Order: sequence, then structure tokens, then C-alpha cells
Amino acid sequence: MIKKNKQKISTSGTCAGCPIGIIARTVLNGTDNPIAVTNATGCMEVTTTIYPNTSWKVPYIHSVFGNAGATVSGMETAYKALLKKGKIKTEKPVKFVAFGGDGGTYDIGLQALSGALERKHDFLYVCYDNGAYMNTGNQRSGGTPFGASTETTPAGKESFGKEVIRKDLATIVAGHHIDYVATANVGFIDDFQAKVKKAFETKGPSFILVFSPCPNQWQHSPKKTIEIAKLGTKTCFWPLYEVINGKYKISYRPKSRLKIEEFMQTQGRFKHIFKSKNKEALIKDIQGKVDEEWERVEDLEETGAKV
Amino acid sequence: MINKNKKVALTGGFAVGEAMTQINPDVMAVYPITPQTPIVEYLARKVANGKADTEMIQVESEHSAMSACIGASASGARTMTASASQGIMYMMEVLPVASAMRLPIVMAVANRAISGPLNIHCDHSDAMAMRDTGWIQIFSENAQEAYDNTFIALKLAEKVLLPATVNLDGFILSHSVENLELLADGLIYKFIGEYQPEQHLLDFEKPKTFGAIALPDSYFEFRKQIYDAMEKARAEFNEITKEFGELSGRKYEQIEACETENAETVIVAMGSTCGTIASVVDKMRAEGKKVGLLKIRLFRPFPYGEVQKALKRIKRVVVMDRNMTFGSQQVLASEVQKALGAELESVIYGLGGRDIYERQIEEIFEGKKDSPYFLM
Repeated sequence: MIKKNKQKISTSGTCAGCPIGIIARTVLNGTDNPIAVTNATGCMEVTTTIYPNTSWKVPYIHSVFGNAGATVSGMETAYKALLKKGKIKTEKPVKFVAFGGDGGTYDIGLQALSGALERKHDFLYVCYDNGAYMNTGNQRSGGTPFGASTETTPAGKESFGKEVIRKDLATIVAGHHIDYVATANVGFIDDFQAKVKKAFETKGPSFILVFSPCPNQWQHSPKKTIEIAKLGTKTCFWPLYEVINGKYKISYRPKSRLKIEEFMQTQGRFKHIFKSKNKEALIKDIQGKVDEEWERVEDLEETGAKV
Repeated sequence: MINKNKKVALTGGFAVGEAMTQINPDVMAVYPITPQTPIVEYLARKVANGKADTEMIQVESEHSAMSACIGASASGARTMTASASQGIMYMMEVLPVASAMRLPIVMAVANRAISGPLNIHCDHSDAMAMRDTGWIQIFSENAQEAYDNTFIALKLAEKVLLPATVNLDGFILSHSVENLELLADGLIYKFIGEYQPEQHLLDFEKPKTFGAIALPDSYFEFRKQIYDAMEKARAEFNEITKEFGELSGRKYEQIEACETENAETVIVAMGSTCGTIASVVDKMRAEGKKVGLLKIRLFRPFPYGEVQKALKRIKRVVVMDRNMTFGSQQVLASEVQKALGAELESVIYGLGGRDIYERQIEEIFEGKKDSPYFLM
């Protein structure tokens, strides 16, 4: 339960059913230390900072779309420099957080993020992944799943939507040999909270990739956000795991894995698949891709192989 | 540690590096690019040997260099960087964010041509490309000026809360050794003081949002504030250079006139070529020819009033641009024409490091039109 006077953000500008507010709050409440935030351009930014209003009750800076990793590098380094010179004093050490959507992280901000991870700045990067450029009206990103219809990969007579799979961002990040990487899901809030806490306790960079349904563009009822988020993980479309010091650890193993249709049929962005004359082949293909990824993560956990 | 002023021989790049070492900024975020690299390497060596304690961020691109500078400067750190050419083009997206957030970041620019074709040598295309980004731009004629301008730019930036560049011609200044006088650390400290920003991001008592969205009802006003700050920089530049003059014995003005009083022809130019022109002016004056030079030191904000005053009685004005604008009048020529309100001659020279010698300057004074060295 969040006490009102302790609230570090109060979001109200998002679309109905959007979980961005939950994500921001969960992260900000994950530490008692002072927090300074940077945010890539995107839904979280535009819905929280329309001048002269701001939803943020912690220091916050937005610069451009592709530079959250670099901005947080500058903030954290400035803090180090000012601390060294005795120019800043806080009771507890300052925690730095960068938020970006999938567009701002998988795509345009990937280089800046990679540099920040390599340099081992002390910060937490949270990518809220809603699977396309939602702020600009649903154009495909490197995080858009195979088969999803977006405005730039529209389903049509000759198209079943996006023809390639999404990047494996968590593994790309883990490849920087940072101490803590995790996937999370707004539908599994306890797990998400625990991961945020661990990330804040990590010295150096940490990264959380959180599943964030978009009722507007996934085309589902705002009431169903959490339910659909849960289905994402229960079907293994969005596996939950951590990579701690390079080792994979699955956080949630569904007792009986649901079929991918159960997730897909809840959303308009996959509607065309179910109407397609190739429906069975397409679904088989998608299920195969989901299985392959889940088995890969299982294998990594079992063998204990390090990234 | 420099206890008292001393004469040294340094390249322009090292001179700027020495100025940065003496300033000892809190943060320097930088990405390597020729011909800027001697500047950052100089400071990096000083830090490695404990002569400065700047936190260096060796970023992975110029876009990130400027982005990290913005993050650091907004957080209350005295922040500097250096770049050139493609680096300036690559950080272009974030340059106006720095000025809009009113962050006094100082950047040394070792002026270099822009691609294509690829060329690493001097011209002013990079500086001209960023001329509308809300950055103060100061040009240097020699290593001494590049060194001095670094302190002036910092003080001016922190006074009016706009970022500033110190331009020094790539290779011609950045890599050529010249004699110059370094100022004692005590004098520098007295001049620049401690950096204490009134507002910064890491104020947890009064948390602030930087970089909010401005809709049509407020965006215009935010841009106007940058405009006003840039206007304010004119008078502040005079105050600051006056103080610097008292401190160093070197008096700098927004423009520098050489033999313009009774001149019939005056060349207007920026950067290292001004040294060559001045030498030609001396030679031609000795031959009884009425020629002069007007050097533009402060390019942004542009000193229209000063230029007008200096040139209003001159019959023939020739403006030398070390950059090329396509489908329009050349940049410096346009500025001078606006100041003058009269026709002038425009010359493009020195693109991609094409040398220009005294002979060609004489030809320009004499009105020669065709040359492999310049375009009239």
C-alpha cells in the first residue's frame, strides 16, 4: 500500500488501462534512497510532463528519444564528481533510474544504453515494452512480436503482419556482463517489486525489461490489461527470468503452459491470424517460436551456462 | 599547477587542453574525432597524473557525448566537451536541448570540413551547421586566443546560461605549435570562480522536472527566453572580456579592426586566416594601398552594430567564408550584408583544408575573380 504523502509520482494522463503508472510507481517505490530519473521520449514522458504540470515528485529529466542511457551516464557521473568535491550531501546514496519504451530501448536508444552498460555506471534501466511505437500511433519496433499487425506492418491480403521476430533484448543486455538483468510483467507485481529491489541493491548497472500491454493499440478492453499481461507469461510468450552475474534463473514456471492462441486471441493486433486461410500454419509457427525461446531459457538455467 | 604567468610553446589543441586542466571541470564527456583529439588526450593525461580531477566519460558517440554533458550539467556539474565536423553533425539533435535547458556547457570545436567527401582538414562548415542551435560561438585566430577564449566562453556561458563553443581551426591551430602565455591558476580561479548553479536536478528538497513538453501555448515563450539570453550575451561579452583584459593584459572585443580607418577595401573573415590577412594588410599598406581587415571574434550573437560601425565608410567590402552554402548567399557574407545594408563581395575559400597564402589574399584585395584557391 502506498501512503499518499509518500507518492513519488501521480500519473493521470495515460490512456485508460495503460500500466505505465503502475510501472513507474513500482520502480520508484522500490527504494527509500533519493532517486533521480531520466526518461526517453515516449508514452511515459508525454503523459507525465506537459508544461506547466508534472507527475514526477522526484528529480526528472527528459532530453531526446535515443539518449536515456547517455543522459543517466552524465547524471551519475556528475553525482560522483560533486560527491568527491563535497558539493552534494544526501543521507543515503542517490539512485539513478532511466525509463524507456521498446522503441527508445531496442532501437534508437540501444547504442546509448550499450555504452552506459559497458562503462558500468551505477543505475537501473527499466524498459517498458508495449511492442511497438505506441506514442506515435503503433508503428513496428525491434520489440514488435512476429505476426503482430501494426500501422507499418499492417495485415493484408499479402501480409500476416510483422514477418520477423523481436530482438532478444535481455540477452543483448546480459551480454554486457552486468550483474543483474531481469524480465518482469505488470501482471506479476510481487515478482516485479522483488526484482526492482534487487536491481537497486546491485552495484553498477542493472536492467529490467517489463511487459506492458497497450489497450489502445493491442486492441483490448482497458479492463483486461492485467489479465492479458498474465496470459503473456502463462503462455511463455513472455518468460520471466533473471540473469544474475551471467546465470539464468527462471522466476515463474507455468504448471501447465497455455497455448499461444489463448494470449493472441485476446488482442485485435493478432485478429487477422485467426481469419487467415493459413491460420493453422501461422499459429503452429508462432507456437514453435515461443517454445524455442522458452526451451532456450530452460536450457540456460539447467546447464548453468554463463552468458 | 601554474603559480605565475608563463610563456610556453604549445599547439592550439594542447593550449585548450591546458585551459581545461586549469578550469578542472567536474565532468567531461567526449568522443574521439580528428582534429579534436589532442584536447581530450591532454586533459586525460592530466587526470591520469593527478593534475586535474575531472570525471571523464569516454562515451560511444558524439550524440552520447552531448547527451551525457546535458545530464551532467543539469545535475549541477561544470561540464565541458570537445568535438568537430561529423561529431558536431552527429550531436546536432541534442545541441538545441542544451541551450533550451539553459545549460552552460562549454565545447571546444577544432573546426573541420564535413562529409562528403570525407575530409579531416579545416573549414568552418561544422560551426556554421550549428549556428541556429542557441549556442554562443567564439572564434580564435591563434593558440593564445583559443586558450583565452576557453575561459571567456565558460564565464559567459555561466553568466547568461547558454552553452558556448570555442572554435579553433582544425590542424592549422589545433596541431601547430605557437608561443603563448599561460595564466597563473590563481588568476584563472579569480576569473571563473566556483560554479554554483541556482537550479539543478539533484536538489532532492525541491525536485524539478527538466525537459517537459511545451505545447503551442508555451513553446514560443521558451524559445523567446533563449533569444533573450543570446541578446544579453552581447553586453556580457564586453564586461567579461574587459575583466579578462585587466587580468591578462589581452583585450578582446567582439570584432577586431586592423587598418580599417581610411581603408578603401576591407576583408572580413574569421579564424586563423585573419593572421595571414593582417600580414598582407601590413605589406600592402607599406606599398601605399588602402586595405584593411575586420576579424569577427564573436559569431553568435553576431555583432551587427559593431560591424556596421567599422564598415560604414568602406567602399569595398569582401567577406571570406570558409564554408559553402548552397542555393543562397554565404553565411558570413549574409551576416555582414545585414549589418552593412549594402552590397558586398563574397568569397568562398579554404574548403577541406585548401591552404590560402598571402599571394591569394593579395589577389582577393586586388579583385581577381578566378583561382583554384577561392571562389568569388
